[in-house]
Amino acid sequence: MSEELLAHYRQMQLIRRVEEEAARAYLAGKIGGFLHLYIGQEAVAVGSESAIRKTDWMIQTYRDHGHALVRGTSARAIMAELFGKDTGVSRGLGGSMHMFDAEHRFLGGHGIVGGHIALGSGAAFRCKYLKTEEVVLCFFGDGATPIGGFHEGLTLAAIWKLPIVFVCENNHYSMGTPMERTNPTSDVTLKGAGYGMATDRFEGHDVEVVVERMKAAVARARRGEGPTLVEILTYRFRGHSMSDPGKYRTADEVEEMKRTRDPVKIARERLLARGVAEEALATIDAAIEAEVADAVAFAESAPPATAEQMRQTVLAPSVAYPPRFDGAHAPFTVDAAPQADAQQGGR
Amino acid sequence: MRELTYRDALNEAIAEEMVRDPNVFLMGEEVGYYQGAYKVTRGLIEKFGPERVIDTPIAESGFAGVGVGAAMTGLRPIIEFMTWNFSFVAIDQIINSAAKMLQMSAGQFKIPIVFRGPNATARQVGSQHSHSVDAVYANFPGLYVVYPSTARDAKGLLKMAIRDDNPVVFLEGETLYGQKGEVPDADADEVIEFGKARIAREGKDVTVVTWGRPYVGVLEVAHELEAEGISCEVIDPRTLRPLDHGTIIESVKKTNRCVVVHEHWPYGGPGAEIVDRVQREAFDHLDSPVLRATNLDVPMPYAVGLENEVIVSKDRIKQTILKSLYKS
Ligand SMILES: Cc1ncc(C[n+]2csc(CCOP(=O)(O)OP(=O)(O)O)c2C)c(N)n1
Ligand SMILES: [Mg+2]
Repeated sequence: MSEELLAHYRQMQLIRRVEEEAARAYLAGKIGGFLHLYIGQEAVAVGSESAIRKTDWMIQTYRDHGHALVRGTSARAIMAELFGKDTGVSRGLGGSMHMFDAEHRFLGGHGIVGGHIALGSGAAFRCKYLKTEEVVLCFFGDGATPIGGFHEGLTLAAIWKLPIVFVCENNHYSMGTPMERTNPTSDVTLKGAGYGMATDRFEGHDVEVVVERMKAAVARARRGEGPTLVEILTYRFRGHSMSDPGKYRTADEVEEMKRTRDPVKIARERLLARGVAEEALATIDAAIEAEVADAVAFAESAPPATAEQMRQTVLAPSVAYPPRFDGAHAPFTVDAAPQADAQQGGR
Repeated sequence: MRELTYRDALNEAIAEEMVRDPNVFLMGEEVGYYQGAYKVTRGLIEKFGPERVIDTPIAESGFAGVGVGAAMTGLRPIIEFMTWNFSFVAIDQIINSAAKMLQMSAGQFKIPIVFRGPNATARQVGSQHSHSVDAVYANFPGLYVVYPSTARDAKGLLKMAIRDDNPVVFLEGETLYGQKGEVPDADADEVIEFGKARIAREGKDVTVVTWGRPYVGVLEVAHELEAEGISCEVIDPRTLRPLDHGTIIESVKKTNRCVVVHEHWPYGGPGAEIVDRVQREAFDHLDSPVLRATNLDVPMPYAVGLENEVIVSKDRIKQTILKSLYKS
């Protein structure tokens, strides 16, 4: 019992420390674009991962560092991605919002709200089609439930009884807008009735609760009984992204949540209560510090993302006939000389 | 004249038009209490109240459609997309509803609506958030496509867009929001007509047509080339549909050379459209092929070094101009 919780603690703490260092690197100008931190919500990804098998699948929004980590992407590969390096999990082409890790069956971080929900259903369709007994976990925010992609993605999964669990991570805000102004009801699972879908709804700051409740939904999917819509109430401690001044909520509210609903703190206190020694936790923390420091050093010194990789991946090579490099359909070659760039953009 | 940022110029245009016409309202994500994701709508909810400055959930297709329905029945919506990237979720309403309604209904239902928001690459926001959609929307008859490059044009063109009775795709350069420029006083009520290009700089050796983010770089390059004895005439079309090719053709007849600089991808679009018109209507006046400097033809990568390579740079602009003059 403590063993499992210890492992969960370790993962949650790792996510948090990776992201804290990422925030620091962002402020130092080493990471660009948008950086959406998962800090405060760690128990959801960690508990969910614990409820599935490595052969199952996950798909998530742009708030994806934690999900990639729990799937098995290394802290190095995540940090290098954030730094725009060739050794990043998406080879520096995706950045914070677009971590993809096929090896670990992580179907990515996606930038368009609602856009990936049907993709989750598609992956589940494949599992059913191939009779693999694998399941898909599809995560999205409270802000994604009003968009059409949610409705269509859930409808199709429901009528075809696809092996998928839809996990709404309700952190109460869609950017700067509280839930009551984006949804007609405060209970997302009420929508499940319209899809004839099983639902569950619970607080997600206690990782052990997340594991147990997610297991039930995953089992239902694996038995072929179709999708479940799970709403997990959680909270993000940081801004929507790094540029969010956070005027839509009070500092008191955030402090209160940190005091009462910090998943890392809760796990830590429970471990101590169960007799795990302070030193054991200190050893874990120290190992995480070393792992994170190593990830940052790795990212710093890694080679930059390459133009070759960028070009190679616009289209997969043709299987039917040799690719045409006539400037009309494929206006670049894989090993183009540097001046080909100017040709292409200046013609 | 006073100076305003492009952002504040847009804000003034919306505020003035909302005062002028009570049927004008603003709708979009975070436009109200949050003061706008890019602060273009700052202060408007305080001025006009939540009945006219309306925060929506993330439901682009829904609120674009609500806008079209309201426009059919007499209101004048301004629909903000947090960025134009998200308009792809709503493109069916923009194209199949807004752009087609007037003709499909034999002129019975006009759609006085403005779809607006930041367009094109910000910095390092990756492939899904870096589209320059001018080439997409300019392809469709039934829409106006407006893309101001200066603060003054931003204000005057947005006022025009709000007053016009047709659907307008109004593209704001995300990297231009902080650019300052002279803008006439509010009581001047300057409204800039669609389809009138602006000569941003007079010159005699080469005509450079540009809009949006590269506009700034082109003017800098033109300035640098002047020191090298090369005189560029810079033309900003301001609206991509309708396109004022007359002003461009007249200029090319004078300079005999033409370079088009834009941020949308090189395959088709307004950039290629301009080249087509110039070669047809000024063929006998051209001393060199019409060239283009554009973003590279790849989805936008995240890594900063690659992004800098992909986005049309000052260096690429300069080399292309020199090439049109047979100087490189
Ligand atoms: C279709 C679309 N519209 C708008 C956006 C801009 N946007 C990105 S995240 C976000 C808020 C999403 O909130 P929620 O779904 O609750 O997820 P959270 O950020 O809280 O994890 C918005 C409006 C987007 N990415 N896609
Ligand atoms: Mg949320």
